Amino acid sequence: MSEKVKTADIPEVSSFKLSLPKSTQEFFLKVAGLTLFAFRFIKELFRTPYEFRESLKQFYEIGYKSFSLIGITGFIIGLTLTLQSIPTLEKFGASSLVPSMVALAVILEIGPVITALIFAGKIGSGIGAELGSMKVTEQIDAMEVSGTNPFKYLVVTRIFATTLMLPLLVILSDAIALLGGFIAINLTNQTSLKLFLMNSFASIDMKDVIPATIKTFLFGFSIGVVGCYEGYNANRGTESVGIAANTAVVISSLLVILIDMVMVQLTSIIF
Amino acid sequence: MEKEVTENNGDSILELTNIKKSFGNFEVLKDINLTVQKGETVVLLGKSGTGKSVILKCIIGLEHQSSGKIAVFGKEFSELREEEENAFRRKIGFLFQSGALYDSMTVRQNLEFPVIRQPDYKKEDLTERVEEALNNVGLIDAIDKFPSELSGGMKKRIALARTLMLNPEIILYDEPTTGLDPVTSNEISHLILDMQKKLKVTSLIVTHDMPCTHLVADRIVVLKEGEFTAEGTYDELSKSKDDFVRGFFEFE
Repeated sequence: MSEKVKTADIPEVSSFKLSLPKSTQEFFLKVAGLTLFAFRFIKELFRTPYEFRESLKQFYEIGYKSFSLIGITGFIIGLTLTLQSIPTLEKFGASSLVPSMVALAVILEIGPVITALIFAGKIGSGIGAELGSMKVTEQIDAMEVSGTNPFKYLVVTRIFATTLMLPLLVILSDAIALLGGFIAINLTNQTSLKLFLMNSFASIDMKDVIPATIKTFLFGFSIGVVGCYEGYNANRGTESVGIAANTAVVISSLLVILIDMVMVQLTSIIF
Repeated sequence: MEKEVTENNGDSILELTNIKKSFGNFEVLKDINLTVQKGETVVLLGKSGTGKSVILKCIIGLEHQSSGKIAVFGKEFSELREEEENAFRRKIGFLFQSGALYDSMTVRQNLEFPVIRQPDYKKEDLTERVEEALNNVGLIDAIDKFPSELSGGMKKRIALARTLMLNPEIILYDEPTTGLDPVTSNEISHLILDMQKKLKVTSLIVTHDMPCTHLVADRIVVLKEGEFTAEGTYDELSKSKDDFVRGFFEFE
């Protein structure tokens, strides 16, 4: 009897699985889990009934309540970036290019990425912790047993909100960063706002702005998916709530940087 | 041979056949057979950590058995499509050990939540239904409170009221009185009894609370090492020759 159990314990099929280190297995399992989760979101998004009320609430919680944080950071980034660029560009006698350099840097790269990283820290961790504690206290199970769909109510509304709100926050952050840049220039030189804006947008056209905007949707989507996935799949126990929040921030920040890299490459190929 | 193999009867509402469940290498349920008749109240006794709650979670579909069949209203869960599964679940109420109230919502919103998400829900004022459910559990004053403002016993009563909002035909209770003082436990036990009488629901109760068992049980099954080792009424089992079974009844 015991011999039978021993041979059954090591089937040949699983030898491949055993040869991979545990961390590698976990990595692939997580990638697969996140992908399936994202597909499930797309599937459930179009299925009735729609959770309009909860979606609006999430727009408010996720979007509106991030305004001040994103605004302040945007302003400071625009201000410092400009202050630090002025001496360098002056050395080359190119100080008239300061506005357009700041605008390019802010709109194409710094605005979207920094905003997304802050968003991942604030919203990704919040969603991870909230859904994680709902899972741990069996509230998600309670929704399931009452025949309602917790995925639609909790996950779809949150991913939808992060996907739509982050691009808006990036636009806001870009605008405030440019305002910061304008103020920075006025600390040393006098420029009118009109001239500053004309200089800023002189070197930017739609083929820069469109890919930069598309990637913000992807940033928002990935932050929502990761935050919800980690929370929704939290293990039992209080500790797992912290782990869910933490992992959500780590993975979504990494994804933001990765998506940024891929999108920049794609843009340079397509345009 | 106190163990009884499930008998098949026309009125059976819940039927478990050869249920096995393992977590990793640990086999929690070895061979579970149980039939519950319509309107009956069955209490599941067993030591902590022997898989009593797992049985309830398998019935409602929160856990999946490793093998065996669970038929509710003559149908198996695994045969159902998602919408049917949800329709099915609405007929079964589940009272969580912790209550599992939605802590970001008031009591009123907690009670309305499952109702307004039913596919056949027509926009209507639910105030009357909510008040009736809260009156049933004697907590009408808590209607606009948040779960964090309620005591443990109140939470369980509200959770019961929420379960009743969908008019279930079967209620599964997971340790309804655990962690409560004797007076509150007694109140909850009487509440369960009231529900049985008023609404004629079928109940399956997991508990260690013997006074509660005495009050509500039509039939008791005792779980030991993953199998049912005894079955009978309170009086029958309290005179059991098996020391393990009798151990539950010698609490005084």
